[in-house]
Amino acid sequence: MSTTAETGTAGAGTQGFGGVQARSDVTLNAPRIAIKNLEFFYGDNRALKGIDFNIPDRQVTGMIGPSGCGKSTLLRVLNRMYSLYPGQRATGEAMIDGMNIVAPDADLNALRAKIGMVFQKPTPFPMTIQENISFGIRLHEKLSRSQMDERIEWALTRAAIWDEVKDRLDASALGLSGGQQQRLCIARTIAVRPEVILFDEPTSALDPISTLKIEELIDELKRDFTIVIVTHNMQQAARCADQVAFFYLGELIEVAPAAQMFTAPKHPKTQEYITGRFG
Amino acid sequence: MPNEHIVRSYDEDLRRLRDMAARMGGLAERQVADATRALVRRDTDLASEVVQRDVQIDALEREIEAFCVQLLALRQPVASDLRVIISVMKVSNDLERIGDYAANAAKRAIVLASLPALGSLNGFERMTHLVQENLKAAMDALVNNDAEAAGRVWAADEPIDTIYNGIFRELLTFMMEDPRNISAATHMLFIAKNLERIGDHTTNIAERIHYAVRGDSLPDERPKADDSAYAVVRPAGE
Repeated sequence: MSTTAETGTAGAGTQGFGGVQARSDVTLNAPRIAIKNLEFFYGDNRALKGIDFNIPDRQVTGMIGPSGCGKSTLLRVLNRMYSLYPGQRATGEAMIDGMNIVAPDADLNALRAKIGMVFQKPTPFPMTIQENISFGIRLHEKLSRSQMDERIEWALTRAAIWDEVKDRLDASALGLSGGQQQRLCIARTIAVRPEVILFDEPTSALDPISTLKIEELIDELKRDFTIVIVTHNMQQAARCADQVAFFYLGELIEVAPAAQMFTAPKHPKTQEYITGRFG
Repeated sequence: MPNEHIVRSYDEDLRRLRDMAARMGGLAERQVADATRALVRRDTDLASEVVQRDVQIDALEREIEAFCVQLLALRQPVASDLRVIISVMKVSNDLERIGDYAANAAKRAIVLASLPALGSLNGFERMTHLVQENLKAAMDALVNNDAEAAGRVWAADEPIDTIYNGIFRELLTFMMEDPRNISAATHMLFIAKNLERIGDHTTNIAERIHYAVRGDSLPDERPKADDSAYAVVRPAGE
């Protein structure tokens, strides 16, 4: 402010907003799940309409949108949870490793070993910490005692909870705090070594510090796993996701790298939603 | 943005931010106009007023910056809201520089009032008129969220450069004619250069408004006519 005017040649000219504009420094990886013209029906009600997009390998895809927009439905489609309910069906394609997830003859056991899910509320089984992890593994694999111990330690370590529980593996999982329980559930999910992890609002029941721990963990896990996260917390999508998809009334309105989505979204509906003008 | 935020106080904050920027723009515009008026009329009182008023612009810049920081921290803005806040913050820097240039021109007008008049000041008046028009159009574009208007301002700097070149050549001639003109001519040259720089800062403002509204940047190359750098010797190949 005190520089003499005539020496001030810096500033004016062609400086734009180089890095801040509608570009992103994130390149999206090859698709791990390729979704084409996916539709989903609750009875006669079409809850997903012609969804087309790719979920990139070993990156985080955030799904946002107001309640009832179809984002959680899509998550349920991706691990065929809807198959448990009569009257619910999906058409179109969601391809993973050459297998169409929504095909009626898809092998659900193989699918669920490939695609794990973490829910909104931590859901530890009323067992010991150790048994919580080994339970899922036993469904898929036969491991020796030492292999099992190794796997349990690996899963708990990857879920960033090993140091907190290693001295009480035989204690009940129900004695853990909410944030610890959620990390235990993540450990249980990765213990069967899936390719994809689906997170359905994983931190909405947690305090801010536990939330940040989970977000840090997600950042860590994406080195090895493809991650899809449904969140109502837009800032969380901005912090965690490489790619963000915005859903509205069962349609995919816009999908873009996170930096673009939160600085210069293309669609007016996206713009209105993320800036808090409707929803 | 036609629709309002669900949280109404957020809209009020953003409106207040635009108002502050508009107020600062109006003040800068007046400083530029008064500096040239003081020069043309040899009015040292008016020139001193301009010099003193610069602190108001500086104070507004600090106020805007503090408010932007507050909005970023408390509202966590995204998309168009984020772009507007970042842009206004940068626009306030440009306006502050414009204020500095105007105050500096006014200081020189005080010196010039004590020296014999040199040539015509028509060029300065025309240049000021154009600069002021562009600055006003740019600030209107900010208030109205008008990217097209900002684009027009951005492309309208060439005539200002052309007049500047004319003044530069004319003053050069005066200095060559009689070395006793050098003192006055140099001050006048700096004033002309200040006006030309103000024009450039105005195009910066236009770029920032375009970004705020559209989310992308104007092209890197802007039409320019300032070739005074080559007035005496033109390097080979240029």
